Amino acid sequence: MTLKLIGGYPEYMRESIEMVEKTREQRIKEKEKEKELALSDEERQEVLNKFHPDYAPGGKRELKVGVNKGEIVPNEVADILEAWPALDPNEVDLNDIDYDVDILIIGGGGAGTVAALWANYEGIPAENILIATKLRHGDANSMMAQGGIQAADRPWDSPIIHYLDVLGGGHFANKHELVKALTTDAPKIIKWHEDLGVMYDKDEKGNFIERWGGGTSRKRLHSAKDYTGMEIMRVIRDEARNRDIPVLEFSPAVELITTEDGEIGGAILWNMETKEYYVVRAKATVLATGGWGRLHIRGFPTTNHYGATADGLVMAYRAGARLRDLESVQYHPTGAAYPEQIVGLLITEKVRAMGATPVNKYGERFVFPLEPRDVEAAMFIRECFGKGNCVKTPTGMRGVWLDSPMIEEMHGEGAIRKNLDAMYRMYKRFGIDMTKDPILVFPTLHYQNGGVEINADAQVLKGDGSPYPRFFAGGEVEGGVHGKNRLMGNSLLDYNVFGRRAGISAAKVARNSGKPGKLTLKHVKLFTEEVKKINVPLSRRSPILLPDYRGKRVLARKIDLPVLQ
Amino acid sequence: MGKKVEILDVDSKQIMDDIKKAASPPEEVEHWVTIYVMGKPYQVPAGLTIMKALEYAGYRFIRGSGCRAGFCGACATVYRKKGEYRFRTALACQTTVEDGMYLAQIPFVPANKAKYDLDKIEPGPTTLLEYYPEIARCVSCNTCTKACPQELDVMYYIQYAIRGDIKKVAELSFDCIQCGLCTLRCPAEIQHYHMAQLARRLYGKYYLPKSPWLERRLKEIDSGMYEKAFENIKKLREDPEAIKNLYYKILHEGLEKEEKHIEDPLEFIKGED
Repeated sequence: MTLKLIGGYPEYMRESIEMVEKTREQRIKEKEKEKELALSDEERQEVLNKFHPDYAPGGKRELKVGVNKGEIVPNEVADILEAWPALDPNEVDLNDIDYDVDILIIGGGGAGTVAALWANYEGIPAENILIATKLRHGDANSMMAQGGIQAADRPWDSPIIHYLDVLGGGHFANKHELVKALTTDAPKIIKWHEDLGVMYDKDEKGNFIERWGGGTSRKRLHSAKDYTGMEIMRVIRDEARNRDIPVLEFSPAVELITTEDGEIGGAILWNMETKEYYVVRAKATVLATGGWGRLHIRGFPTTNHYGATADGLVMAYRAGARLRDLESVQYHPTGAAYPEQIVGLLITEKVRAMGATPVNKYGERFVFPLEPRDVEAAMFIRECFGKGNCVKTPTGMRGVWLDSPMIEEMHGEGAIRKNLDAMYRMYKRFGIDMTKDPILVFPTLHYQNGGVEINADAQVLKGDGSPYPRFFAGGEVEGGVHGKNRLMGNSLLDYNVFGRRAGISAAKVARNSGKPGKLTLKHVKLFTEEVKKINVPLSRRSPILLPDYRGKRVLARKIDLPVLQ
Repeated sequence: MGKKVEILDVDSKQIMDDIKKAASPPEEVEHWVTIYVMGKPYQVPAGLTIMKALEYAGYRFIRGSGCRAGFCGACATVYRKKGEYRFRTALACQTTVEDGMYLAQIPFVPANKAKYDLDKIEPGPTTLLEYYPEIARCVSCNTCTKACPQELDVMYYIQYAIRGDIKKVAELSFDCIQCGLCTLRCPAEIQHYHMAQLARRLYGKYYLPKSPWLERRLKEIDSGMYEKAFENIKKLREDPEAIKNLYYKILHEGLEKEEKHIEDPLEFIKGED
């Protein structure tokens, strides 16, 4: 028989839950005092150095090839950057062009869709735009963001204050022009969403109901229940469909195409179902491939969607683009640690923003609930692995409690269903009622803080720092906006701001320039020469496109028969 | 060192290795169940989601796997249990396997979305019927509601749609993940989830009041009133200590003063000039 569960939890975990219940009333009374737990800069450093996966030794190495040679990145990222191309350039005929368009957008998530819409607003006809995407249109981390989107629109807030929050959260490593663009465009983006009919939570006067986010000095988080990302994504996708913007699904780009004059001239797509390739020539190319969660850096579970395999980083790097801040990985403090079926899935920061406090096995507070994400995550790991004040699950995971019933006590019965229905529903499916019982959490791999470096026009930068005139990027694939750590509510904002800027910039190029120069894959061959020198196993190829979760036994017995390839 | 965190002497690398081990699938399987994937039996560990069980059995998804967290609707699954007449629906990523499940995944749902220019619609009681006339064919069988993996009252919102209550449709359909199971099961051939998308956009655009604060801020930004402050901040960043102090000052004052109206939002930065 399987373990006996009471309200979704095994009996031994119930004992700890009772301790959490005992301290709850007092903790709610003293909620204000939690601020006193906020760490100083020096204390933040101490905790990060010992307990954050980015700082702990053994997870990274120096890049041996390409523009960023000599820089330190996570091993899993180095593995795909220092790899043989998945595609053999000799098998491709670049003279036979399948799609000849004004703008090619690689990636059909948030950034790609926003870029397409703004290029279209700028006068590029829909039929001259092509979105190529690996899974379905909208299958992206954009769809999964729950908590909300930041914009400084309240009278006692300002883009300047928003800027400072972004900067401090990012350890002061952020690029000025990008943070300025992010925070000044933010209110415009919200206005655009209002006009498109995004159903944000509002009060009766029409002002947004705004909440705290970790590491923010003002309440400026706009949300749509805890389906914010889904609501925005499905609205912009609906608009793209209304405008007949062509989308090729299950056809990821596997290599960029360069030109004889050192530009980007399109991409090679690969139809995952028929296995044929397509040559796309474009006056302007927008990279919007998202992040890297499915690389499972340091073996962490992830909140990310199935296709988050950093394909864009790989392709852009081979073509000579400069990457930045890749040594910094975002672990979201609150991933589900129990039950096993949902380990790693995101528990939105909004749960803390609405008042739920993280407590240890004994029901004690140990951290200010709204530190920046890296600090909060490190404090959780410290409590679990440094102090041992955690709850162990039947499968060996460790976690601390997030005391969700506090939300009902503080905001009234029904507050969770009203504001956190996605969370409630997820736990309910596995027999846990988060309005009555706390939930067990542990940090999970969440976001690629850095990426392909861009400027304020969303142009991608080359190794020498000069921009590619025809190559743009928006969303999680680009870097520089968030420095070394992104704050909550700035990823939805990022893809909207820089997706829009990429779309507008690409439209300008498409209007003012002719076709790109002679297409070539010479850069792939040159890169391969470099890879040859460093002893990479032949089996290591990239982009990897999808993770592989097949069972060990199956893989051990798997053979390919040449008759059915 | 401050007073809130004591210094711990730990082996950080060892901790990371321990985490990796804790997060990996257990080596030994204690309990097994048999599932039937499109009719073929496979033994899989008990307690997995349908999605992970299929992968364990050797399937590698191209279609049928998206967010893996219940938000995207890519993994719509239909199944029956052994010996049961009932036809069931689920999201593969959010449902635990049970012994004797007969499973099939739905790779794609053919459905037509109406095209519209939202700016040109004047929403009224018949708008939804104009764009999706088939909603009038609803026979109130409630099959859509039973099929919904989000447990939404789908039939209710169709009934509200027929009556032209856009607000109700928007509210009741809000948690829709557009998996299309309702549309596949509907005997009246209604395309529920596309219709509801129109309703929500109409509601968001025309029924929810516009934010006055947002308008004010947009005017401020357009007037260029923040440009000077951004220049000042850029300069201040040349002195790492100064910018750090300003950041912590604003962070801590903000936590104290939030919602107390500060007339001039540039107050902070001016003080540092």
